[in-house]
Amino acid sequence: MQVTVTINGEERSADVEPRTLLVHFIRDDLDLTGTHWGCDTSNCGACVVLFDGEPLKSCTMLAATAAGHEITTVEGLAAGGELDPVQQGFIECHGQQIGFCTPGMLLTARALLDANPDPSEHEIREAISGQICRCTGYSNIVKAVRWAAENAPATTTTTTTTTGA
Amino acid sequence: MSTVQPSPTVGYGSMRRKEDPRFVRGQGRYIDDLKLPGMLHGAVLRSPLAHARIISIDTAAAAAHPKVKAVITGADLAGLGLAWMPTMSQDTQAVLATDKVRFQGQEVAFVVAEDRYSARDALELIDVEYEELPVVIDARKALDADAPIIRDDKEGQTSNHIFDWEAGDSEETDRVFAAADVVVARDIIYPRCHPAPLETCGAVAQMDPVMGKLTLWTTTQAPHAHRTVYALVAGLPEHKIRIIPGDIGGGFGNKVPVYPGYVCAIVGSILTGKPVKWMEDRSENLLSTGFARDYIMHGEIAATSDGTITGLRVTTTADHGAFNATAQPTKYPAGFFHIFSGSYDLQAAHCKVTGVYTNKAPGGVAYRCSFRVTEAVYLVERMVDALALELKLDPAQLRLKNFIRPEQFPYQCKTGWTYDSGEYERAMRLAMEIAGYDDLRREQAEKRARGELMGIGIAFFTETVGAGPRKDMDILGLAMNDGADLRVHPTGKAVLGISAMSQGQGHETTFAQIVSEELGIPSADIEVVNGDTDRTPYGLGTYGSRSTPVSGAATALVARKVRERARLIAAGMLEASPDDLEWERGRWFVKGDPEQGSTIQEIAMAAHGAGDLPEGVEGMLEDTCVYNPPNLTFPFGAYICVVDIDPGTAKVVVRRFVAVDDCGVRINPMIVEGQIHGGLAEGVGIALMELIAFDEQGNCLGGSFMDYLIPTALEVPEWELGATVTPSPHHPIGAKGVGESPTVGSPPAIVNAIIDALHDSHGVDHIDMPCTPGRVWDAMQGRAEPPQ
Amino acid sequence: MQVPAPFEYERATSVQHALELLRARGPDARLLAGGHSLLPMMKLRLAAPEFLIDIDPLAGELGYIREQDGELRVGAMTRHRALLESDAVARHATIITDAERVIADPVVRNRGTIGGALCQADPAEDLSAVCAALEATVVVRGADGDRVLTMPEFHRGPYETAVGDAEMLIEVRIPLHPVAGSAYEKVERRVGDWAVAAAGAAVRLHAGVITRAGIALTAVGAGVTSGAAEQALAGQPPSEATFAAAAELAARDCSPTTDQRGSVEYKRHLARELTLRALRTATARALRGDA
Repeated sequence: MQVTVTINGEERSADVEPRTLLVHFIRDDLDLTGTHWGCDTSNCGACVVLFDGEPLKSCTMLAATAAGHEITTVEGLAAGGELDPVQQGFIECHGQQIGFCTPGMLLTARALLDANPDPSEHEIREAISGQICRCTGYSNIVKAVRWAAENAPATTTTTTTTTGA
Repeated sequence: MSTVQPSPTVGYGSMRRKEDPRFVRGQGRYIDDLKLPGMLHGAVLRSPLAHARIISIDTAAAAAHPKVKAVITGADLAGLGLAWMPTMSQDTQAVLATDKVRFQGQEVAFVVAEDRYSARDALELIDVEYEELPVVIDARKALDADAPIIRDDKEGQTSNHIFDWEAGDSEETDRVFAAADVVVARDIIYPRCHPAPLETCGAVAQMDPVMGKLTLWTTTQAPHAHRTVYALVAGLPEHKIRIIPGDIGGGFGNKVPVYPGYVCAIVGSILTGKPVKWMEDRSENLLSTGFARDYIMHGEIAATSDGTITGLRVTTTADHGAFNATAQPTKYPAGFFHIFSGSYDLQAAHCKVTGVYTNKAPGGVAYRCSFRVTEAVYLVERMVDALALELKLDPAQLRLKNFIRPEQFPYQCKTGWTYDSGEYERAMRLAMEIAGYDDLRREQAEKRARGELMGIGIAFFTETVGAGPRKDMDILGLAMNDGADLRVHPTGKAVLGISAMSQGQGHETTFAQIVSEELGIPSADIEVVNGDTDRTPYGLGTYGSRSTPVSGAATALVARKVRERARLIAAGMLEASPDDLEWERGRWFVKGDPEQGSTIQEIAMAAHGAGDLPEGVEGMLEDTCVYNPPNLTFPFGAYICVVDIDPGTAKVVVRRFVAVDDCGVRINPMIVEGQIHGGLAEGVGIALMELIAFDEQGNCLGGSFMDYLIPTALEVPEWELGATVTPSPHHPIGAKGVGESPTVGSPPAIVNAIIDALHDSHGVDHIDMPCTPGRVWDAMQGRAEPPQ
Repeated sequence: MQVPAPFEYERATSVQHALELLRARGPDARLLAGGHSLLPMMKLRLAAPEFLIDIDPLAGELGYIREQDGELRVGAMTRHRALLESDAVARHATIITDAERVIADPVVRNRGTIGGALCQADPAEDLSAVCAALEATVVVRGADGDRVLTMPEFHRGPYETAVGDAEMLIEVRIPLHPVAGSAYEKVERRVGDWAVAAAGAAVRLHAGVITRAGIALTAVGAGVTSGAAEQALAGQPPSEATFAAAAELAARDCSPTTDQRGSVEYKRHLARELTLRALRTATARALRGDA
């Protein structure tokens, strides 16, 4: 079946089996390999993307279900080549080591900051609690998100695509 | 603490990582990201049973699947001489089972198909008939007379016994114990757990039939060692094998062994003439790849009544699973377990380890650990706390009383190690100061009076890392040395090739900083190449905290060789004698005339330039080095953990964790601290929730992330770190290695804290990990059970 | 990564359309709501429906929380996150807010639905007990119209509900009471893990006595509600002794099994301890009038 999504602001389409998982559609059919996967049971969160602006485990949705929706992957975060503050924060605060959970963490952080521009440490930990990081012990991820909150551009523009959903 | 200070342009210090710009953009290059023209996909059929004879395998239906290109069984591999492969411990392991399956999840057949979904579908079309056999699950029963023999494939193997190994003086230890005022014993299990890197294992194999060259993109922490293994296994000429790891999504020891799936991908590519990708799923990773620990220990500690520890002895049953595939230096089947006398000045110590086969997955890899150091440290730190309970002494004071003193270094311990350097009391006192130890004890007393459960746990560890000296250590006969090659280009930019393989440790950054420190070239001007065996010098890779101790040393030394060559060239440029030149970072100048000098960049251009060079000096500015460590390094640290336990539910919360690490000189403190954070979180996981358990039939109960639990951001506290610096005297830059210290040191601190919380009120004097609420509650009721 | 077996797929454009597809395809068809219960089962190939009816397009039609006719009415496609963030839910059925805070993780809660959770009927799933404690009813729609079922009628056991092959769950209805309070207490090994055990209590008070208490347990092999505990509370003034007696009955009436999450003894202990805690909190909330 033909599946069309708007991904990182661009309309993309591919012919896939109905059973194709969204994460495979993104990685294998649209060649956006920044979205990773690490389990089979919706536990690890390496596959998190923004789906109509909200974090989603893309291993737990069919590509078919996503048809017609808006998706943001890590590749869409740096609008116009300029890093999103969460990306810069992860660099400044050593928020990643292997970089495998990083894309999912970045997107969840972006959604959190869009909804809550000044989250507490606990709110950040809560927001990322569906995503496993095996390297950082989380402290520097929390700091990186705080960095992004404190270094947000003066204007409230965000780089994600959100809809009213 | 962790936000980067202004980046140093030259030398050591916290600086942003060079890797990160690609990672934050999702531009890391992991194995599953690779897509080659015509690439096929492999999938492994695994045994549902822990021990069974294979009666028949019918692959006809799978082979008839329209998208299937090949179905490979053990019989097919046997025809090619590839059904078995050597393990890192000089045992053999089935690539695809021929006679029997020996653990649940063992590889039975391999399907190659046009896409990954079809490959999975075809697995369901393979019909395997098994005859079930009795299983050995409890390692303590593996040597029973009636235990079924698991490795009947091995000639002369008449039991499940693998090895007996001892260290220390048994008789002297017995004498010390006989003379002791107090002897305390504990049965201590370090249960089977799993490194579970977020990226599973996998490979893309591409055999070029025209050139006869195999390229293998694969998840390996030891690319050069793997290349040699493939050469030995498959009979391929080693120069026709190229290993490219790319970016690795975490290793922690899991990506040290060679797995059957890699070999199957290679065979698949040879048979089909196409590139073949194999990526295991999470269950396959947890069920079949290198587990860690699984040591069943009986420890005894001897002391005088005033708390002077005099002796330690331990007997251990080591569960190695169905194939002895531990990754240990050859002479040390129990790894470096004989570091178990820890940080204390003892009169005698002795250990005996017996390795056995069971119907469980093979492995015994060092999960963020240098070869069984984790088990050793856990044992001694639990035993010291048990002694403190017995003598009613404060566990911090007991440790302070027994530490090896600074003037005793280099310290010859009773089991054969020579500790390089240490200032243990300084680290311990710093940890107590950060924790506010006396205040914590006061708070605990108040809470106890109210019936609240709060515990304070201490662990002090000494590791032995950076394997190792070639006279003592090898893996599969390969010396555990590492190479580095450094080329400074005409414009003063440099490229460094190393044999270490980063899995997130930030080698591209820290190794550039080492060169920068030695040559004065800005780190930004130094490219570090690691992994690709066609582009890097030989070496045994990254595990056992050996990158900085071995590869880091090679890097410093090769930079110094280049610096010396630069001196000769500069002497020519400055028309001075080399002996009259003096080095300041980045520049040789004439002694007493600092204006007269040449920068390393000027020297690099001259080295490549047209003019004459001093007689006997080779052109260009490059060199190579192989580092053979004269000794291992001995990082140490003091950890203090505070836990609160809900008396009604037995749920443990790690409220605080203080970690003072001494890893010698710190190249990039930000990266060092990041390593410590991550290792502490893994330690919390091991102590509280990570467990690969089995039922009586040998079914694995930890085969997914629903069952194998890894801490989230809500189970770990904000880490409180401290540092002391005691350089290693024999290491070129005084560094000791750090990646594994936190995983080694944190589990005993956490378990000691839990027992500290429960001892007075509930009489708990031991609990085995993982300390899940249910297991802690059982212990509180006086019926603690070891994990199954 | 594990992947589902092949299936045919169609998106339902309305409840009516979904029912027509169900009727046409019979027992081989399954509804896919938020997907967070069914898709993991399909990946593990523990479920392999031949025909999948994607009702995600019904998220608007069936995604609502509203007060109507003395009830809180929750559409079957209402997502966990919406329940967690709903003021009306927090005011009238705090037990749901309590539970939602500890169901799976925030990302899963963005997609998973109340209807999906109830229909999956996993024995460790939280909302079945929550709804049972609240004396909620559910609306099941089929070709012949709607059926309104109590939770004991709806929830038949692990992975089994009263929803027929050609029916679908439409709505959950929670009765509202003037002086009531509710709470949910859960022990999990880690955030996002399924419950080791959990207990829900919903208490109604009148003139200083408990007129009605709903008690339901999760993951301990208990019935839909704990009848003996409920009876022990009815008509009693709220007190620590009453709660303890009821908690004891709740613990007695369950039949947990030993597994990696804990021993029988531990789970039974938790049934008692968590029932007690839930009763305390629920009563305190009722007395505070914050329902």
